[in-house]
Amino acid sequence: MTILFIITGIVVYLSFIANKQKTRDGLKKGGMQFLKLLPTLLSVIILVSTAMFFIPDEMLIKYFGEKAGVTGYVSAALVGSVSLIPGFISYPLAGMLVDSGVGYGVIALFITTLKMVGVVTIPLEARYFGMKVTLQRNGLSFIGAIVIGSIMAIVFAMT
Amino acid sequence: MNTQLRKYTFDFTAIFLFAGFIGVSYLVNWSVGEQLFETTFWRFMKEMLMILPCMFILVGLFDVWVPRDKIEKHVGKGSGVKGITLMILLAVTQVGPLYAAFPVAHILWKKGCSLRNIFVYVGMFSAAKIPMLTFEIGFLGLKFSILRLILTIPVFILIAVLMARRLRNTSYEITSPE
Repeated sequence: MTILFIITGIVVYLSFIANKQKTRDGLKKGGMQFLKLLPTLLSVIILVSTAMFFIPDEMLIKYFGEKAGVTGYVSAALVGSVSLIPGFISYPLAGMLVDSGVGYGVIALFITTLKMVGVVTIPLEARYFGMKVTLQRNGLSFIGAIVIGSIMAIVFAMT
Repeated sequence: MNTQLRKYTFDFTAIFLFAGFIGVSYLVNWSVGEQLFETTFWRFMKEMLMILPCMFILVGLFDVWVPRDKIEKHVGKGSGVKGITLMILLAVTQVGPLYAAFPVAHILWKKGCSLRNIFVYVGMFSAAKIPMLTFEIGFLGLKFSILRLILTIPVFILIAVLMARRLRNTSYEITSPE
């Protein structure tokens, strides 16, 4: 994160030295885009954080766990597709799930769908790509994530 | 203007409801609402506020400084394997949630980057950012990460090729929120 600040700082500084007017235009363009996106961004963050707050970890362990069988795989793929969980939360969570007996195959499905499919970010993505293309991209990514997760589940089951 | 604002109806409703809920929680000292705001919501908000302004500053400056022919030449139509490689390298070195990739996708499109390469970028951004991988290796192990990467790269290139092919002869455009 710090490196992003440093890079941005250096770029703005160099740009400003090179051409003040151009820099102002650029910052204005970026700023306007940010403001236009902000309402949608905020509502997505509100929905996601509220949902995450009310779903306890124990529930995930129950649904993903060994006893869940095939249901475990299905719920991992569904929860992964729907939710938007940043890496700093999802990986500790995945580590905890492994420690409490959830199989690597289920975790693989959870992580791949989580990364590749973003149902809650569809409204944001559609602002840029249009609804149809957004749905197609997420649909293909879902299939891709299922394939990747399944292969990983098989590999982990064999070794 | 009216139709412009209508696009945000849902967003503003959600924001006002949430603000009201949190406000009331603090007034009556209801710990559930206070905790929701201070832990989960604030963590997401902080991430967004730290990353997105930087992304938009860089996108804006990219817009005014980088000439279209440079982008067209390196990652435009017919840029082949080199174009894909460049896009993967660009994507994996970035940070932030997936929605940070969309403004970048738009500016690249505006500068003449091919659709296939844009889909490669968005895909790899979602699945293989290096800062994220270090986390993954830490919690789930090297084997898990390497296996996932080896499988993910070809899948996303395939998805990008399919998407670009579908849209090839259409008037499709990537827009920025208006």
